[in-house]
Amino acid sequence: MAYINVEDLVLDFSKYDDDGKPMEPNRALDGVSFSVEKGSFVAVVGMNGSGKSTLAKCLNGLLLPTSGSVEINGMKTSDESHIWDIRSNIGMVFQNPDNQLVSSIVEDDVAFGPENLGVDPEEIRKRVDEALKRVDMYDCKDKAAHMLSGGQKQRIAIAGAVAMRPSCIVFDEPTAMLDPAGRAKVMGIIKDLNKEGITVVLITHFMEEAMEADRIIVMQNGRIIGDRTPAELFADTEFVHEAGLELPTVIELRDMLGMDKKIMSVEELAENI
Amino acid sequence: MIRDITLGQYYPGQSAVHRLDARTKIVATLVYIAALFVVNNFWGFLIAAAVLFTVIGISRVPLKFIFRGLTAVFLIIAFTFIINLFMVDGRVLWEWKFLSITYEGVRRACFMAVRLVLLIIGSSMMTLTTKPIELTDGLEKLLKPLSKIGVPSHEIALMMTIALRFIPTLMEETDKIIKAQQARGADFESGNLLQRAKALIPILIPLFISSFRIAQDLALAMEARCYHGGEGRTRMNQIRFHRGDAIAAVLVFAFLGVIIASRWI
Amino acid sequence: MSIEVKDLKYIYSPDMPGETTALDGVSFDVTEPSVIGIIGQTGSGKSTLLQHLNGLIKPTSGEIYIDGECITGEKKNLTDVRRKIGLVFQYPEYQLFEETVAKDVAFGPKNLGADEEDIDRRVRHALELVGLDYDEVAEMSPFELSGGMKRRAAIAGVLAMEPSILMLDEPMAGLDPQAHRDMLGLIKRVQQEMNSIILFVSHNMGDVAELSDRLLVMNKGRIVMDDGPHEIFKRRDELSDMGLSVPPIAEIAQKISDKHKDFESNPLTIGELADDIKEYRKTNR
Repeated sequence: MAYINVEDLVLDFSKYDDDGKPMEPNRALDGVSFSVEKGSFVAVVGMNGSGKSTLAKCLNGLLLPTSGSVEINGMKTSDESHIWDIRSNIGMVFQNPDNQLVSSIVEDDVAFGPENLGVDPEEIRKRVDEALKRVDMYDCKDKAAHMLSGGQKQRIAIAGAVAMRPSCIVFDEPTAMLDPAGRAKVMGIIKDLNKEGITVVLITHFMEEAMEADRIIVMQNGRIIGDRTPAELFADTEFVHEAGLELPTVIELRDMLGMDKKIMSVEELAENI
Repeated sequence: MIRDITLGQYYPGQSAVHRLDARTKIVATLVYIAALFVVNNFWGFLIAAAVLFTVIGISRVPLKFIFRGLTAVFLIIAFTFIINLFMVDGRVLWEWKFLSITYEGVRRACFMAVRLVLLIIGSSMMTLTTKPIELTDGLEKLLKPLSKIGVPSHEIALMMTIALRFIPTLMEETDKIIKAQQARGADFESGNLLQRAKALIPILIPLFISSFRIAQDLALAMEARCYHGGEGRTRMNQIRFHRGDAIAAVLVFAFLGVIIASRWI
Repeated sequence: MSIEVKDLKYIYSPDMPGETTALDGVSFDVTEPSVIGIIGQTGSGKSTLLQHLNGLIKPTSGEIYIDGECITGEKKNLTDVRRKIGLVFQYPEYQLFEETVAKDVAFGPKNLGADEEDIDRRVRHALELVGLDYDEVAEMSPFELSGGMKRRAAIAGVLAMEPSILMLDEPMAGLDPQAHRDMLGLIKRVQQEMNSIILFVSHNMGDVAELSDRLLVMNKGRIVMDDGPHEIFKRRDELSDMGLSVPPIAEIAQKISDKHKDFESNPLTIGELADDIKEYRKTNR
């Protein structure tokens, strides 16, 4: 069985009018089904408000299904007895680098997760050092979090997730607020983590980043409207535009030159000139 | 200007003061503050100041850094000084209409200002030489016995951790919002009190919204990292009482004794 | 309209452990209506420069003249400065505060002392400029708008002050692809309509290449290059030393040249590169 199994997931947000009476709820996810194999790299794309972030929060039980189910390694998120097990297995990195660090000092923040899990102090020390080296931030372990750049903060957030030794990390637009240098560094770390066997779910607006994934899930209005490999997705220009996305530059150039739809990289494109 | 506030900031170092157990420093600071209120003459302040500057010397936190922090609260000190200057009856030195300055007033004003300055420097020494997490851990441990009578020691400590973490973030946010509204022609400096208070609305509303957004994001991030209260939590840094702490404790209470004695000088 | 900046210097927290020279002798001038992109790594001084031009920060030394008038001297009426030169901050949607979109957009003109009729005209015009439908959004709460629309409403709030010079700090940051395209269109439209000077800061070299007539490259508080985008993006090695890249399209052109030694192209847009490749194919067939 797949590592993540989402079946017919529906999620409603309750709404109330000015008098506090319940109104027609807002349906954020509407019958979403997909699965993710252990060790794979899945990207989720779609316009703002398509339900991507809501979906991410369902994967570790931060939001619970209105109906349908989310299963992680055979455990249902709706089963309260598994919730901490699930959250320690599914790490999460959010968009805003400023708002997800708990402690003022870098290494204390990275220790926050393992501390919550009740890990032994010496073991925490080891994990924190390892995680910080992993994201290339070991030299900053004594620094104040608010003095770091956005990209550095985001790397600390990744270290915080890594220190919990998860088998999967969900990234919710981790590079949206970073400059190009920070973005490249974070993307490099995400790819490396995946190579080391960590399952990656990456929610992103950047098609160049989505291209790195094994599979791209396209969302619109709370539904999955496409679940394809990057090659398949970017061969279908019309579909990409309908979904409110854009083509990676290489692909756009390929199409302008009327070249073979199989071409996916600059190198291939150059060869075919 | 917002960057100049050193109160609550940590100045990294390896000095003997830095290495003390946070609990020792918290208790020492409390004793020091208490001592400042016991003092009733300038000799006592002289001793208290001498002790404070010795500690600063040992800590190797640059004086410039500490005094810059003081300028941020200069207004409070000046206000205290002026209030006391005019509010005390006694031998009149200077008079103008309903205002009068008395000998006792001058004495009292100087007294209060010195007390306030020592108090601020003294307590900022604690935060300057203690990592925030150690400080809150220390506080949690000190409050632990009280949790039996229902004091939420873990929660108090966590709130402090988060407050210390987000003070700089919110300061930056405030600075940004003020500038953004100024760029839209907002004027915070002229008009009467009511107009000025009204002028703050364009700052306060975005600031509230930002704070809520931060709180929401942070709560999610904490939950995602398996935070579920203080129960079953471990700590990476185990705080321990060392020989240095014992010496410091003895010195602190010796100091308190001297200060009490100074009342009769 | 013109901007003249002379030897601008700014030091943060002087005499403190955190002392940093944010601007270190910045000089440039702009005399013609144009779109000017400012690029540089985080911390190179771009945002600080914009805030100086708006009179939000007083320089440690140096002078700024807007339309020939010095704004850095003593006791300047800064409202007059802000009437002439508008500044849109990064993530401007975070500064919305009024009950309705119309009221929020009216905040700026009101501060300038415009009368009600004039304010209404300005609000309508500004909303139209940013592509929001007045009848639809005017009475809505700004917090009900989508992310991209919120940002446009916030920009309308600055446009309603009808500045002759507009500055934007990372106007595209954090937008989804659709909203990103809208924003590019918005800037072009505003430039055409106002026929004025637009200064914008961006990390996205693709956007910079597409929008700018001229580029200022900042590094460690100095302007190190000041030229047209074609000329600047030719100097890729120098840019790379400063931690900057060339637009993705120039990157692709370079990789094609690596493969085909006789292929030469210095494109700023995808169309230019496609044309160069078509030309190359013809001659090599």
